[in-house]
Amino acid sequence: MRMKCLMIAAAACLAAGAAEAQYSNGNIKIGVMNDQSGTYADLAGPGSVWAAKKAVADFCKAQKCHDKIEVIFADHQNKPDIGAGIARRWYDVEQVDVMVDVPTSSVALAVNNITKEKNKVFLVSGAASSDLTGKACTPNTIHWTYDTWALANGTGNAIVKTGGKTWFFLTADYAFGHALERDTAAVVEKNGGKVVGKVRHPFPGQDFSSFLLQAQASKAQIIGLANAGADTTNAIKQAAEFGIVAAGQNLAGLLVFLTDVHSLGLKTAQGLIFTEAWYWDMNDANRAFAKEFAAANRDIHPSMVHAGVYSAVTHYLKAVHALGSDADGAKVVAKMKEMPTDDKLMGKGKIRADGRKIHDMYLFEVKKPAESKKPWDYYKLRATIPADEAFRPMAEGGCPLVK
Amino acid sequence: MFELLGVPPQALFGQLLLGLINGAFYAILSLGLAVIFGLLNVINFAHGAQYMMGAFATWMLLQYFGVPYWGALVAAPVLVGIFGMLLERLFLSRLYHLDHLYGLLLTFGLALIIEGLFRQQFGSSGLPYTNPIPGGANLGFMFLPYYRAWVVAFSLFVCFGTWFLIEKTKLGSYLRAATEKRDLVQAFGVNVPRMITLTYGFGVGLAALAGVLAAPIYTVNPLMGSNLIIVVFAVVVIGGMGSILGAILTGFGLGIVEGFTKVFYPEASNTVIFILMAIVLMIRPAGLFGTQR
Repeated sequence: MRMKCLMIAAAACLAAGAAEAQYSNGNIKIGVMNDQSGTYADLAGPGSVWAAKKAVADFCKAQKCHDKIEVIFADHQNKPDIGAGIARRWYDVEQVDVMVDVPTSSVALAVNNITKEKNKVFLVSGAASSDLTGKACTPNTIHWTYDTWALANGTGNAIVKTGGKTWFFLTADYAFGHALERDTAAVVEKNGGKVVGKVRHPFPGQDFSSFLLQAQASKAQIIGLANAGADTTNAIKQAAEFGIVAAGQNLAGLLVFLTDVHSLGLKTAQGLIFTEAWYWDMNDANRAFAKEFAAANRDIHPSMVHAGVYSAVTHYLKAVHALGSDADGAKVVAKMKEMPTDDKLMGKGKIRADGRKIHDMYLFEVKKPAESKKPWDYYKLRATIPADEAFRPMAEGGCPLVK
Repeated sequence: MFELLGVPPQALFGQLLLGLINGAFYAILSLGLAVIFGLLNVINFAHGAQYMMGAFATWMLLQYFGVPYWGALVAAPVLVGIFGMLLERLFLSRLYHLDHLYGLLLTFGLALIIEGLFRQQFGSSGLPYTNPIPGGANLGFMFLPYYRAWVVAFSLFVCFGTWFLIEKTKLGSYLRAATEKRDLVQAFGVNVPRMITLTYGFGVGLAALAGVLAAPIYTVNPLMGSNLIIVVFAVVVIGGMGSILGAILTGFGLGIVEGFTKVFYPEASNTVIFILMAIVLMIRPAGLFGTQR
């Protein structure tokens, strides 16, 4: 009997040894790629790298982990060609196993294809286009934090239901802006609203007064800003300057991040309504994370993109350790889909067959200056959108994996 | 009511005015570049960074020292101008005997360093600055914010003042003479190196002034200059490198062209200036107002 026990232990040991050898190149290499220096650097950027490292540290503290987990990063400068070049180098030469974050949908869509071709793993936190789990879905990609459909659904619904029936879109002229405009227009029309016009501005833009004037001439009740980062903040700032809100039209910031609100200041941003996946001041776990994050990142507080990176990396590590291998990207993603997600920032959730991570979304309103009690105290919660309503139903996405 | 290509005339008036406002920024920025190139023969690629520094100086003056907008309008260009003069003394002045290209590379490198430092310190998402003259007037065809009206009026004044200073005053004639025959002017007892330092400081100050004007309209952001500088270079090339009047007129003109593009084909509004630049370079390589050197 004792002999038998010993043999089982030895076999288990051998099996573990074999699994150990399956980590490609002996280590798990996580590549965080995003905008490190441009318009999206504060909402993703170095903060995402920090979040990925933090996820690794927390994971290894909580349980025994593979002793070689490495996090590297690169700057794609929001350019698809640069991003694709880095992705190929990472996968081919530097043995990167998983790419994380990648805001800017045009870059994310490029990385999405390369990841499938190389059978690695792609965890999207920063990019928004809902095509990543729609017609462009792959067995190697998981779209983690939010997407254009969820934003449109949250914000669009809320605004149309409170009487904003006619819309004019100010759209950033690339994959992300187009997707956000399309998804929001669908929500508006479904709820009986009407899109009376749109204008597509070059990305990144600086002066939006001309476009705002066109929006004003359209007499739409709502001007939907289908852009992000500095484009959104400049548009909001200039809309205030041109008296657009004072004249009775309302702005809908379709994608607004915490860092954007900070940069606008509450005086300009107050009253904006938008949808996000995560806010730092919602519970103690988030606040503790934010405190540590801010100390390491020039007092910037984490955005939902950062929280998403943390959550995604945590779940990836769980799946890889459960499998004992990171070699086959599609297998890792399948394992991630099979396991329910659970981490301290984004709570419990799951990943659907089309690669969409499902969790609650929140409709926030920016506080008035008087309501803000401490630094970075910017949002108040208007509504929680339950996980099963927050994202596009799988059948409507057109993802080939689902059929 | 008649319409022009589907756009009502009121809207066109509005766009014309907006074009003029944006043109005011192009004009002041390209004016600074033209002054520096015309008198120093330096292609100042740090101009965008210096514009950004002007906006940041405005923000910092308010934030740390409580200096309001109107004080910053004077103080920020002076401070950034002094910084420019330091750069000229420490770095640029060592390159005058070399090809233009070295000055371009040096200032480009400096711009990257300056922008990097600001990004490191202040992040990339920008800082808020409150509009000092809120409100506006309804002109019937559009709502004109008072602040934008002020920007146009003030930049016209600055542009005219600079042109007058360089083309019509004794100081200006010294400057122009020093560009043509440096040794000769020096032989007459004019301190040419100091004059050049001051000129660079003045050009940089103009960039900073545009930055002050921009702070209440655009988010104060470390990258605000690098987005604009390429367009401004195109403006200078179209106007003719070194031509003061050319820089001013093309600045306003291209602002208007860009404004109209934003109505008729907004997707091209970023590129239209470069298309014009290509055409001008083919027909008049020295630019619309430039003279062949």
